[in-house]
Amino acid sequence: MLLIPCPFCGPRNESEFAFGGPVKPGRPDPNATSNADWVAYLTQVPNPLGPVQERWWHVRGCGTWLTIWRDTRTHNIVEGPADAG
Amino acid sequence: MQRFNVASLIWHGLNKHKGWARAWRSPPLKDRYDVIVIGAGGHGLATAYYLAKEHGITNVAVLERGWLGGGNIARNTVTVRSNYMRDASIPFYVKSVEMFEGLTDELNFNLMHSKRTMIDVVQTYPKMRELRRRQLTMDIYGSTYRQISEAELRRRVPALTGGGPDARLPVIGGMVHTDAGVNRHDAVAWGYGRAIDAMGVEIHQQTAVKQLIRAQDGAIEGVETTRGIVRADKVVVAVSGHTTTLTETAGLKLPLRTMNLTAFVSEPVKPLVDVIVNCPDSGFYFSQSDKGEMVIGGAPDMGQSFRRDIKQHVFEDTVTAMLSLFPSFKRLKLMRQWGGHLDIAHDASPIMDQTDVPGLFITAGWWGGYKAIPAGGLTLAHLVATGQPHPLMAPFTLSRFRHLDYVMETGTTTAR
Amino acid sequence: MQVDRLPQGGRIDRSRPLSFTFNGRQLSGFEGDTLASALLANGVHLTARSFKYHRPRGIVGSGPEEPSTLVELEGEDASANQPATTVRLRDGLSARSVNCWPSPGFDLGGINQLFARFLPAGFYYKTFKWPNWHLYEPSIRKAAGLAGAPAEPPAEGHFESRFAHADLLIAGAGPAGLMAALVAGRAGLRVMLADEGIEAGGSLLSRKLTIGGQEAMTWVSETVTELAAMPNVTHLQNATVWAYREHNYLMVNERAPENPGLLERNWRVRARHVITATGAIERSLVFGNNDRPGVMLAGAAQTYANRFAVRPGKRAVVVTNNNSAYSAAADLRAAGVEIAAIIDIRRDVPDAARALVPDTEILSAHVLTTALGHRHVRAVEIAPIGGDATRRISCDLLAHSGGWNPAVHLFSQSRGTLRYDETLASFLPDQPAQNTICAGGAAGALTLAEALRSGAKAGARVAGVQAPECPDADDLPYAIEPLWRVETARGKAFLDIQNDVSVDDVHLALREGYDNVEHVKRYTTGGMGIDQGKTGNINIIGTVALKQGLRLDEVGTTTFRAPYTPVSFGAIGGIRGESVVLPYRHTPITEWNLAQGAFMYEAGARWRRPGYFPRPGESFQDTVNRECRAVREGVGVYDGSPLGTFELKGRDAGRFLDHLYTNVMSTLKPGRCRYGLMLTDDGLILDDGVALRLDEHRWIVSTSTGHADVVNSHMEELLQTQFPDWNVFITTVTSQWNNATICGPKAREVMAALEGDIDLSPETLPFMSFAEGTVARLPARVVRVSFTGELSFEVNVAPRHMRALWDAIMEAGAPFGIGPIGSEANHMLRVEKGFLSLGHEVDGTVDPHDLGMGWVMSKKKPDYLGKRSVALRRAGDAVRRELVGVRPTDPNRQIPEGAPLTPGGERKPTEGLVTACVWSVVLNRWVGLALLERGASRHGETVHVRLTDGTIPAEVTAPIFYDPHGGRLKS
Repeated sequence: MLLIPCPFCGPRNESEFAFGGPVKPGRPDPNATSNADWVAYLTQVPNPLGPVQERWWHVRGCGTWLTIWRDTRTHNIVEGPADAG
Repeated sequence: MQRFNVASLIWHGLNKHKGWARAWRSPPLKDRYDVIVIGAGGHGLATAYYLAKEHGITNVAVLERGWLGGGNIARNTVTVRSNYMRDASIPFYVKSVEMFEGLTDELNFNLMHSKRTMIDVVQTYPKMRELRRRQLTMDIYGSTYRQISEAELRRRVPALTGGGPDARLPVIGGMVHTDAGVNRHDAVAWGYGRAIDAMGVEIHQQTAVKQLIRAQDGAIEGVETTRGIVRADKVVVAVSGHTTTLTETAGLKLPLRTMNLTAFVSEPVKPLVDVIVNCPDSGFYFSQSDKGEMVIGGAPDMGQSFRRDIKQHVFEDTVTAMLSLFPSFKRLKLMRQWGGHLDIAHDASPIMDQTDVPGLFITAGWWGGYKAIPAGGLTLAHLVATGQPHPLMAPFTLSRFRHLDYVMETGTTTAR
Repeated sequence: MQVDRLPQGGRIDRSRPLSFTFNGRQLSGFEGDTLASALLANGVHLTARSFKYHRPRGIVGSGPEEPSTLVELEGEDASANQPATTVRLRDGLSARSVNCWPSPGFDLGGINQLFARFLPAGFYYKTFKWPNWHLYEPSIRKAAGLAGAPAEPPAEGHFESRFAHADLLIAGAGPAGLMAALVAGRAGLRVMLADEGIEAGGSLLSRKLTIGGQEAMTWVSETVTELAAMPNVTHLQNATVWAYREHNYLMVNERAPENPGLLERNWRVRARHVITATGAIERSLVFGNNDRPGVMLAGAAQTYANRFAVRPGKRAVVVTNNNSAYSAAADLRAAGVEIAAIIDIRRDVPDAARALVPDTEILSAHVLTTALGHRHVRAVEIAPIGGDATRRISCDLLAHSGGWNPAVHLFSQSRGTLRYDETLASFLPDQPAQNTICAGGAAGALTLAEALRSGAKAGARVAGVQAPECPDADDLPYAIEPLWRVETARGKAFLDIQNDVSVDDVHLALREGYDNVEHVKRYTTGGMGIDQGKTGNINIIGTVALKQGLRLDEVGTTTFRAPYTPVSFGAIGGIRGESVVLPYRHTPITEWNLAQGAFMYEAGARWRRPGYFPRPGESFQDTVNRECRAVREGVGVYDGSPLGTFELKGRDAGRFLDHLYTNVMSTLKPGRCRYGLMLTDDGLILDDGVALRLDEHRWIVSTSTGHADVVNSHMEELLQTQFPDWNVFITTVTSQWNNATICGPKAREVMAALEGDIDLSPETLPFMSFAEGTVARLPARVVRVSFTGELSFEVNVAPRHMRALWDAIMEAGAPFGIGPIGSEANHMLRVEKGFLSLGHEVDGTVDPHDLGMGWVMSKKKPDYLGKRSVALRRAGDAVRRELVGVRPTDPNRQIPEGAPLTPGGERKPTEGLVTACVWSVVLNRWVGLALLERGASRHGETVHVRLTDGTIPAEVTAPIFYDPHGGRLKS
């Protein structure tokens, strides 16, 4: 069980969060994108053997969506979310 | 190939077992083959086997970074079944189950395939409706699925003493899938390994592929390994979990992500349950191995992972769900647990196809891919050898994503 | 008679005798005994039979490493496969040997020993193929499996789990762990110290050493006392750290905590730092018949003598490759055991070692080739290394030591790496992967002084203080020459005693090409038993290395996995029931429903809803028909509270909903509602529902019950990650608003009979509008939507008013024959009307066009979620399955829901499926909905449902059977 740093609540157990998936490139303008690029946007995600940027939703906590970099080999969080201030 | 039977066992026993041959050779690595198969796991070995057996293509190297049979075939829960929902999937798995049943004789290696039946413990009406939908579609393809009453279910699985009328999810009945079975995963790998070696295919263990090499025209040219460059016009990537790690070296992106799926076994105990028990509403399944261990599986963990551990909170939920239906397991002890990484496609169905890199083939996106090993190998070998997709694998192309024609096949074991 | 109990000494309480039974024999021991020590005290040595060959076996170890004597406990603590060495003796304990019948002394399975030569490793892969495996499997299954599983859960007591946070978790309360705890505890850290043993002390319990000039156990008890006085230290005994997960999350299994009724507790500990001070485990020497009863690890024999005051034999031969066995020999001798000889593999035996056992014959540069005796060792044969002059020495105890393996299990589980150390001839922790420090034996500090120092250092490092001076300790240096197996062994030389894996088996595996250590393990099953190879794995690695001419680190280890020792599933599950994993969701009407005798079931998203309200003598179909008829002809009411409800507020809410829904929402006028569909960006249907506009910037969005959580996540993700600067706030109000939906032609009359101030006329409150005011004198919002096809009023109130509203409706509706209707009737009514149900018609493949809902896909909006993807998918050549109605040709023939449609009803690939089929009370026949290839253009055709035993012909119609123009719901 990961210990996920929530910018509002501090480090919290993974069981308080819902997984939000790896961060993809931004959504392209669907009216100015080729079919192939649109399909790639929808179906492909970064899948590195190493740090991946991903989202978690603190659904059983403050409700924030946060972004961390987590190493898929070790589960170490190599970069926490930006401070929400 | 050396024959295995009782007579040979006795003969060699009298000779202190000195005369057994090696299961496979360790030949020198050549610099060119007709086909390179990356990964000596279940699908890689099966693909090599059917290339040789069905198509006579034996100038093949199977490259394995670790040990033969060390892929997910070493970590799965050995359930072989064909209770799928859609036309795309059922005939494929029916074929695979049928192939498994004949494999012991074919490979001259006892896989201990035990057609011991899977029983679903159903706890909600929507699930019952979904499984009965499967039943009727499966019947078209000759796969059997039959509804049984709660009383019949409890008679066949006496350890199921939970889930009574006052339970959170009372048991309402069951489904019986008599085609389902289990077998010995290591034996499948070793049996295929031995057979391909006998046909001249080379197995190279401890030979990691560092990257794929493309020719100037963009087609695949070979691979760079820890033991040097090896060339071939056709390269098959069969490295569950690490597919994208490899294909990205050829500049290819795929709709796959790597997830961790876990399993655990109890201590060995005397026979208690003689069928495979699947509890889709509670999110776990198990069978008792011939050694007596309960082999138990649950849902995949959240988030991509190559760590091969188990998420404690997910694991605890699985155990709790199991104890609610099987309360006598409270005193049973966990002996060992592990995880395996597998890649899941965007639509959660497998992908077997030639990629946009000419000559580069993948077999990926398998979860629950153990049961698909024979049919997966057979159909992929067909594509590699003939250039034409085998009819059974036609739905599982990579090109289905071009028009977002997903194959939406829900598993039976991951609901919760 | 405790014939082998020493007259004095030991950490047992002789004033508290305990009686127990073993294989039906009545025996006695003392408080402080383990089952193993009590058996030995009673002179019981033949305690087990082996797994495969059924060879006689005895007690080998003294702790969780025990590979040999597993017992099944009977009675109140019934459990299987317990090592006798870890079973704490209690009065009335009843234990049986596993895997033998009728007893370990006379075991019918022993006949397997005659066929042993035909049962090498992996023999089953080569045989049992003809005629098929099924012929052999049942008897093999019966033979395997060790103990029987407990048939019942514990009759009394419970398990529980508990969270804990610590600055420092220390695994192991031996000298290193205690020292680390002392240093960190004194520095004020929040320390948790957990140890698997009955009492603290670790190896000190087994040995006679001094610390600071006094008995080591005095130091232990002083230390434990000091720790107990520290409020910042939690000290647990009988508590095994069994798993080391990511982010320093560890599991501790505490057995029999001092709380009556509590069987076991699982601590889930999140620790900032971890010190693994788990000691070292003695490994076996591999010689012929090294499994005979009376062959025991030297450290274990020493433990029995010192800790339990038990004489494990009368005349012992000690065989070793390191110094540690000399102190064992000395202590055995002090306990009255005659030491016949010490056999040392090493050419040079240090004088300090010799000095421990004056006047004892020490044969250096010798090996033990075989143990003689069948049911008990009676002699050994030894030979000089490289020579062949054998000599026989009689004995009834063979104490052997192959060296010590640091217990790196937890460190390895944490993903720390290991390295092979030539000096210690073992694998040691190398690079940690988390905040982990190894100390004491687990770090290769194999003398007491080193262990104390490394514990102090580790504790100090975590606490950020100077490591204190450690008290002096007397102990021999550890000096080892590894010996992985005796090459001149005669008889079966076991590497894994539990799984009957011998050197020959490993050699066979290698000969057959199974040459990776993982292959060896899997082919021979070495190390795969309950002990997970704690005493034998390294000998397997060593045997492989010797045969292949490799170093041990080139062979490598197999993976260390949790749990360190087996843990009961009860402890892992804790006290939580399934209702915690799958929590109930209730509405204020649940109790009323139950009181009415409603048939309740799970209806998705953890809601339990009434399926139907049977009356005495009614069949299921009678009930549903009655409820349906009430709605079609009179009036009914249902509790719609589980529908997902969200309030959206903010300047950009309309714009946001336009992005979310396929149709335009922002043009909706306050006071009005609009039906809408949500797609994923993949163009798949996510949900359908109704949006209400309360005012310019305030909306209510209702979703289907099952998808409420998904839609919530979907909306929040979009807002927080894609449109963080949009001014929209979402509040989940599903449980802030409950609703009762009154439906049927007499609904308005019932509404009128409820005291309220809302004008209900169709002109003021038309279909798809809402009004706020009072109903039954309760503040309410009345929404005119319909899921049944009839005139409907959805009355929304606060949950605290729901029951009052419900009662008022029942009272006011009584003259109109109102009754509750359940999910089954709702289903029937919506199918008759051709309304969509996500769980039925939407199975992940259809789009709105397939459902005949192209009208809901806005053409005006340049972009919304799913628009591009639906267009892209429809540009492909895949044949679409479209929603149609089906009427079975035989009006009385029901079609099973989910049944496939195939061309001509043949066994061919399907062309569709029947998604729902209900008895229509208005048409008096079965009607259904189906998804059919090109269905929209096939109305009037006959299609065929394929069943296992036949077909059902049915006519394709439009997917609506009732009130096609919607006059009734708009009335």
